[in-house]
Amino acid sequence: MTGYVIRRLLWIIPVLFAISLITFVLMHAVPGGPWDREKPLPRSVVERLNAEYGLSDPLPVQYLRWAGSLLTGDLGPSYRYRDRTVNDIVGDGLATTVQLGVMAFALAVIIGIPLGMIAALRHNGLPDYAATLISIAGIGTPSFVLAMLLVVVFSVTLRWLPTHGWEGPSSYILPTVALAGYPIAQIARYTRASMLEVTRKDYIRTAHSKGLRERTVVAVHMTRNALIPVLTILGPILAYLVTGSFIVELIFSIPGIGRYYVSGIGERDYGLIMAMTMLYAVAIAVINLVVDILYAYVDPRIRYS
Amino acid sequence: MVTQSPTLGGPTALAPRPVISPRRDAFRRLRRNRLALMGGVIVVILLVIAVFGPALAPWHYRVQDLEALRANGNRPLPPLSPGHLLGTDQLGRDLFSRLLDGAQISMSVAIVVQLVVLAIGVPIGAAAGWFGGRLDNYLMRFTDVVYAFPDLLFIILLSVVFQATPIGEAMDGLLLIFIAIGLTAWVTMARLVRGQVLSLKESEFVEAARAIGVSDRKIVTRHLLPNAIGPVIVAVTLGIPSAILAEATLSFIGIGIQSPRASWGSLIDDGSRWIQSEPHLVIFPSLALAIALASYTFLGDGLRDALDPKLRSRQ
Repeated sequence: MTGYVIRRLLWIIPVLFAISLITFVLMHAVPGGPWDREKPLPRSVVERLNAEYGLSDPLPVQYLRWAGSLLTGDLGPSYRYRDRTVNDIVGDGLATTVQLGVMAFALAVIIGIPLGMIAALRHNGLPDYAATLISIAGIGTPSFVLAMLLVVVFSVTLRWLPTHGWEGPSSYILPTVALAGYPIAQIARYTRASMLEVTRKDYIRTAHSKGLRERTVVAVHMTRNALIPVLTILGPILAYLVTGSFIVELIFSIPGIGRYYVSGIGERDYGLIMAMTMLYAVAIAVINLVVDILYAYVDPRIRYS
Repeated sequence: MVTQSPTLGGPTALAPRPVISPRRDAFRRLRRNRLALMGGVIVVILLVIAVFGPALAPWHYRVQDLEALRANGNRPLPPLSPGHLLGTDQLGRDLFSRLLDGAQISMSVAIVVQLVVLAIGVPIGAAAGWFGGRLDNYLMRFTDVVYAFPDLLFIILLSVVFQATPIGEAMDGLLLIFIAIGLTAWVTMARLVRGQVLSLKESEFVEAARAIGVSDRKIVTRHLLPNAIGPVIVAVTLGIPSAILAEATLSFIGIGIQSPRASWGSLIDDGSRWIQSEPHLVIFPSLALAIALASYTFLGDGLRDALDPKLRSRQ
């Protein structure tokens, strides 16, 4: 197991290298540069800026310089926010983005799993239909639609919650719910399917025929086994929360890092694009690894070698 | 399960079970799953709308009904206006007709992206699983890299890189959407097919086929792929909502479909500016999107249950 984890960790390095190289090449293939403005800057100014930031060097030299400084923890300059480094920007926004993602994840798990369990235990009953309806709504409503609906209802009409910003708990509610809607539906869907599958297992029949109380059977025998497959989708869901949060950040003007990704590409802010891609890639790689390890930990039938 | 014979009670001979082909059995179970059936019916309707809708639409998607707009004080027409069932946008374009055109965009994304996924994923997965060894290693390492890419960001990057090129401008930007989403989505398919081929390769019927001298290519095309088709169909169906969602997201942030053509995602974006005074401009495209996403998802769920051999012929 330790060997497996070490090999997986080491394998992340070449993957990140490949991703950074692909992103670097694609990014520089975008026509235009970071100095494009509505009113073009004078040629001499552009040349001076290019020289200052090393953008007139050959691309391999630029890549190596970027990779070299990355190894020392320096993400380089931002070409658009010239008074700040990428480290500053990431440092300012990362905590907010992580907070949003973690809260949405917690909400999705806290609501999604019980919802799926109740639906399965009352199979074809009213709770099942209610849960299915919530699943349909959650799967059909992308975060940006949910965000708009929530704002119209709770901010504009009822005036209960702020329309945007990230100051204090009342402003956390709408973005978190908007981001969690889709994961809630997915987790509920998988939990329900997994619970129904487990209900038919022999060991559940055995537990019932031993005369165990229904509550014991559900809590001890069903839930623990049914939640193992649900673990597998937590990886993709966390990845969705990591990469999908930018659109919620945009809609609610949340000062996280996600909103810089799209603007960074639009503004050819090379330093910012590279940093965002690497950050997201690392996050996804680590999430996948943790979920795989967790999976082996809770399911003794799984052995990695 | 099927072969277990309940012989406990006396000498009565077992009645022979009616023979049901796997396909029929799967279809029967799919029909019993109401949610999946409903999804399937809606998917068929959506596909019909996608093919014939734009031709039958009361207006062309880019035509502006300026007269009606002026009569309404230059404000978007509300739903149930004469001649405009769902109203118009702020430029006097018929929302219903634009939704029909949007259906064509979403459904073509649904289908073409999955064709790209099949075209890349199946050969790579099948080759990796069949040949194994070093080729498997290289192909799967490559797959790992693409898998680790934050996909939505990769799609956005690709879209921006190629936006101003002929590829980006072809088909109002649709071609680029197909390619960008397809290039990130094939990974799951490649892994799935590889896994299927690996397990089927060791099966007895493949061994038998090899023993009587069937060529490698025939074994792959005649024995392996047909047997792997069930999970592939499920993966394709469940991949469709993700592709539709990716396109809608892309168009919502303004780098997908190019105006004046509009997909459901860009209609939602356009309408979002009017959401307080004219909520119908957001509500109808959102509903269309929701119906499409949920239908494919539940059809996919139903297909998975129907094609799962473990569940066959459960009493």
